[in-house]
Amino acid sequence: MFVDDDLFAQEVRQIFGRAWLLVGHESQIPNPEDFIQSKMGTDSVIVTRTRQDKVVVLLNSCRHRGMKVCRVDEGKARAFTCPYHGWTYSTDEERVSRPGELAGVPGFDVHYEGRLDKAEWGLKSARVRAYKGTIWATWDEQAPTLEAYLGGMLKWLDSALDHRNGDSGGSTLLVGVQKFRVRCNWKFPATNFVGDASHAVTHNSANMIKLNPSGKDGRRDERPSGHAAFGWPDLGHGGLGFLPRPEEEFPRPDTFQQFPAASNYLRAMAREHLRKRAGGIHYQGKGTIFPNMSFHEDQPRTLVVHHPVSATETEMWRYYLIDADAPDEIKDIFRHYYMTYSGPGGMTEQDDIENWESATRQSLGGMGQGLPFNYAQGLGESEPCDLMPGAVWCGRTITEQNQLIWLKRWQEFMEGRSWDQLMHRVEVEHDAVFPLKRSTAGAK
Amino acid sequence: MQDAMKAMLQLHEVSEFLYKEAELLSDRKYEEWLDTLAEDITYRMFVLRNLSGKAQPSEYLEGPLDISWFDEGKETITKRVQQIRTHQHWAEEPPSRTTRYLTNLRILETDSGAEPALVRTRCNFMVNRNRNEADDHCLYGHRIDLLARHQGTWRIRERKIYINQSTILMGNLSFIV
Repeated sequence: MFVDDDLFAQEVRQIFGRAWLLVGHESQIPNPEDFIQSKMGTDSVIVTRTRQDKVVVLLNSCRHRGMKVCRVDEGKARAFTCPYHGWTYSTDEERVSRPGELAGVPGFDVHYEGRLDKAEWGLKSARVRAYKGTIWATWDEQAPTLEAYLGGMLKWLDSALDHRNGDSGGSTLLVGVQKFRVRCNWKFPATNFVGDASHAVTHNSANMIKLNPSGKDGRRDERPSGHAAFGWPDLGHGGLGFLPRPEEEFPRPDTFQQFPAASNYLRAMAREHLRKRAGGIHYQGKGTIFPNMSFHEDQPRTLVVHHPVSATETEMWRYYLIDADAPDEIKDIFRHYYMTYSGPGGMTEQDDIENWESATRQSLGGMGQGLPFNYAQGLGESEPCDLMPGAVWCGRTITEQNQLIWLKRWQEFMEGRSWDQLMHRVEVEHDAVFPLKRSTAGAK
Repeated sequence: MQDAMKAMLQLHEVSEFLYKEAELLSDRKYEEWLDTLAEDITYRMFVLRNLSGKAQPSEYLEGPLDISWFDEGKETITKRVQQIRTHQHWAEEPPSRTTRYLTNLRILETDSGAEPALVRTRCNFMVNRNRNEADDHCLYGHRIDLLARHQGTWRIRERKIYINQSTILMGNLSFIV
């Protein structure tokens, strides 16, 4: 499952051809005609803001022979010309009826007798949804809205994207995306970040040297109480977060104590958060959004996409989030912590990468390939959580329920189910129900 | 003539220092290597973007708040050494075997009047890193170092590393570049 080429080809079609995928952030294309090159599964895509200020996502593949029409990471353009035969695609709606349409073909009048249907042969375009700065896309016109797709996980994504003072949105990216190739199957990082809390031994060394920005034990600041794994069995998302509580009751230990400026900033923002959201419920967590996007809502505050390259190779793209209007001095403190923690130079992530690469390599072995993995931790211990719509939990962080939830979703996509079935609007015969604690599972 | 002699001597002295420093890393004498860094060192390896020819001057992200592969001072570099010494840093356990090549060393500028005296150098580098049974990686690029005079030798006050890879092609950067 982690090394099979045929399964990988099926994943590319069934999962990456249909799911909502993170392709970038609006701060990367602030002005009309700005573009970046991004990825959706194994495809290169152009993410651009048109002259008419619309964000569009186009397959970066000429309709004539398939060459890339955009060959740089970023830039500014209202038209993309293929270097092979000169077909030109425009994103300017004063010139074409839809962004990405074929606008010019050398020899159109003479060699094609003016009969080539330009509207028919434009760049393939994806469905796009911008959400609090993040840009998502799907190839599937039938897919539900991004909000329906995310379900209860949206509240956690909000906790990463919202300003520390409680304002909706208000975050931006630090400039620069860390892109790095890891020789692992993309499912290892995806199911690591979905809520694998039992891999502490991996990070022994990072804990021993006290990466903790308060100078205390561990690699991160002390967490508020009520930290547990929550997963959405119907949607495949999951992560580690906090039991929702009234805003006034949510504990906030002091953090970044070695950096008084940052510590004071966070304390001031937390006070504002409390004031702005008084009377509301505090939702906060991190995890994986099915299939391949993971995020941390606070330490370090990052988004990451695990782009599949092949069954045994993944290209990770790490983006770093920050309050857009935070003073530079504060941004710099967080930035330093992010870089010492994450990415291939990060003292924590280095050891994760070692795991994923090694697990993939061993799965290639003759015996290793066919050997089942054990996912029994916490199996049958989960119960619905009334405070988190659609989620189950077992009251602790250490459980493999989320990995099983993710794998269940993987299977549903791989079976090629309709969106009605995927969104559980209709029942599927003989469908496997996610195993819950006997007392809550109802009479069989 | 005398100026030329002086310049040659300085180049020789600086190259001896940088070769020795590279050797300390390859020999895993990390604590000794830390002594070659000034207390206020800034050590940064920039993210490179794959841009059009016209945009090349900005291909490296060098802004003060831009994300890098590393951008830190002595405190966290020391933590990296401590992390390797825990023998539980699995990305470096078993440890990487590294060889460093420095070429094209040039002195860009000197400021003998400063206290301490300063020298800015540029060199090309290649680091080969071999790990486990069959992991073998190379990182190529150039480096601009600022060296400050210290007790008859030098200390590195600033290191800027410019690599050729826009996407890191070697999993982790757990060795000290």
